[in-house]
Amino acid sequence: MTAPGTAAGLPGRSVPPGGVRGARGVQPVASLLGVLALGVCLVLSLDVVSAAVALVLEVLLLPLLRIPPRTLLLRTSPVLVAVPLTAVSIALYGRPSGRSWFDLGFAHVTDGSLELALATALRVLAVGLPAVALFVRVDPTDLADGLAQLLRLPARFVLGALAAIRMMTLLGDDWRQLGMARRARGVADTGRLRRGASMAFALLVLALRRATTLAVAMESRGFGAPGRRTWARTARFAGPEWAMVGVLVGIGLVSIAVAVGAGTWRA
Amino acid sequence: MTTVAARITFSDWGWRYAERDAWAVRGVDLTVEPGERVAIVGPSGAGKSTLLRAVAGVLPDEPDPDDDTAAAVQGTVRVDGAEPSAVRGRVGLVMQDPEAHTVMSRVGDDVAFGCENAGVPRDEIWQRVRSALDVVGLDLALDRSTTMLSGGQRQRLALAGVLAMRPGALVLDEPCANLDPSGVVQVHDAVRALLDETGCSLLVVEHRIGTWLDLVDRLVLLEPAGGVVADGAPAEVLAAHGPALTAAGVWVPGSEPARGSARRGTRTPARTGEMRGVERGGPGAFRPLAESESESESESESGAEPGAGLLEARGLATARGRRQRVASGIDLDVRAGRVLAVTGPNGIGKSTLGLTLAGLLRPADGVLRATPELAEGVGDVPAAWTSRQLAARIGTVFQDPEHQFVARTVREELAVGPRALGAEDAEERVDELLDAFGLAHLADANPFTLSGGEQRRLAIGTVIASRPPVVVLDEPTSGQDRATWQAVVDRLGDLADTGTAIVAVTHDQDLVRALDADEVVLGAAGARPVLRDPATGVRR
Repeated sequence: MTAPGTAAGLPGRSVPPGGVRGARGVQPVASLLGVLALGVCLVLSLDVVSAAVALVLEVLLLPLLRIPPRTLLLRTSPVLVAVPLTAVSIALYGRPSGRSWFDLGFAHVTDGSLELALATALRVLAVGLPAVALFVRVDPTDLADGLAQLLRLPARFVLGALAAIRMMTLLGDDWRQLGMARRARGVADTGRLRRGASMAFALLVLALRRATTLAVAMESRGFGAPGRRTWARTARFAGPEWAMVGVLVGIGLVSIAVAVGAGTWRA
Repeated sequence: MTTVAARITFSDWGWRYAERDAWAVRGVDLTVEPGERVAIVGPSGAGKSTLLRAVAGVLPDEPDPDDDTAAAVQGTVRVDGAEPSAVRGRVGLVMQDPEAHTVMSRVGDDVAFGCENAGVPRDEIWQRVRSALDVVGLDLALDRSTTMLSGGQRQRLALAGVLAMRPGALVLDEPCANLDPSGVVQVHDAVRALLDETGCSLLVVEHRIGTWLDLVDRLVLLEPAGGVVADGAPAEVLAAHGPALTAAGVWVPGSEPARGSARRGTRTPARTGEMRGVERGGPGAFRPLAESESESESESESGAEPGAGLLEARGLATARGRRQRVASGIDLDVRAGRVLAVTGPNGIGKSTLGLTLAGLLRPADGVLRATPELAEGVGDVPAAWTSRQLAARIGTVFQDPEHQFVARTVREELAVGPRALGAEDAEERVDELLDAFGLAHLADANPFTLSGGEQRRLAIGTVIASRPPVVVLDEPTSGQDRATWQAVVDRLGDLADTGTAIVAVTHDQDLVRALDADEVVLGAAGARPVLRDPATGVRR
């Protein structure tokens, strides 16, 4: 090879995806564990202060990830939609306490339920934001390596799921072809539901067929053979990974400490 | 690289798939000595793929003698005297569909996949990956994504993945069936380099066997349920069994179809050079067949004005999706009774152009105009037509027939188009097509259960049933044996002879020749017509 790429000169090394370093080069399993730990810290209490502190810290740290604002908004949109919905329903139906604002019989808005709504909304944001932001640019291959090598999940399961993710793009193309084919055949003017059903059926057949071929391809290369499997890529859990877990757990601990100090902690 | 070539033996071997009555393959006696290179040919349904999968140890289902519906096996197949499934990795398999057997999303990871499964130490894996990519001539970065590779690159990637496992035998199941000519050359050269490197045994199945004749020592002819009927040096087998091979669907080198062999109508020569500004035939005489009242083939033939322009592309630019512009600066005309072949390298946007001409994708720029003869008063922008208006005017046969099946049986499938257009003679048309396409015995079968060749014929039949004046086909002949190919090309020839305009997106030069098509080569700078000598048909 004349220009074998960046990784070729480093025998025995993993192939870094573009040589990413910094927060983005952290093994995704560390982010996964950290976000889980942060979530546990935040569900211990249901007050406004702890959630607000966590959220503020996260927003301050967010620029380190260098995610374009547009991408971030787009990816967090499900969380941003869920937050007000959660807040409104808790404001209406949360346990009533304190001054009553209005009472419709089935819905009762009080100081207590409003506070609870705010606390919950902040909490969803405080867990959702890092969960989305840290996984925006995760390469599924890296996550799979971590899950299999660090968390010791079965290779068969992890690599099967990885191959399935890769097939999703193919299925997207299939879907567009199916749609065009129906237009070409003169059956796309009416009966949207029925057409959708026939497309879904065809997609299922195509997916099964692809999956079968892929399974044969994987088996023929010794996948699932007895004997120990090695891994071409390293999945390290070193300094950066511990730092990631430390920062996320730290956010949780600081928020708890502040809430306890301010006397708002409610276990 | 030190590998010991594998010895493969079949003794009276046979296989029946689960829930099938008939044996896929039966009574095969064949020995491949270490380092020997063998090509296997035979008609569709002779069980060639089954044979290869058995060697690779990847046949589905365990045979169970106590269960009638389970798979069944007879005789033995051995790799170095062992059960193939016990020595997976000794035999490397590369299959037909390049898309379906890339496992990982990065080039290096995909090559490494087999080594990982075999438990090769990490440092050695990357050495093997690099040398394997080197041998097959894939000069790509290890972290390059596998999604945007061409067919030829993808097959070489699969070969590298096999090579990195240091196989004793290489097993190829129609590896070039879906490739353009340059992809075929790439894969052929990569296989030769791989064989030189390892000295491993080779078993290859391909319809266009000419690709591999310079690499193989033996040619084996397999018959459905008949086992091996010919076995020997390629030249001898070709000489002794030529007609039998052609009958079996094999593309015997030297028996390519002659120019215009699938056309019976005479055609005025030297039209290819006049892609634009040619005087058109008389006005309005041509009526879209779908809207004419149950006219017979001969009537429709006289109704079509040969050479009448139906679609005009001027400065056309195509795009997939909203932003992804594919090709631009395309000028061409689609004419009644003529075959237009769009050729060019993989990935240049041939399929996208086909879909745009078919009114399924909106042009990114320029004009695609339907002439009044085709539009018949519904506006001259095909992409703006309703689905029914489109189906009555332009039919499309997709590359993968399964994309276009909407009904539960073959009969219903053929009736979908005529019914959508309100044709009163839908039933008659269906019966006619069932006979004409040799699908009558499958009338009640589900389209998804048909074989590849049957699906292809059905897909073309469904479009013909609507009798559109223009038919656009995407790779109508890719990966087919000679018999299916002939059936498809004959149909297209008949269609053109009866006045239909055919647009075929293809890399099959045999198709271009047999249909005596006007060829345009799609390139970065637009579509360039291929000029031919009118007398000889040779490219100028």
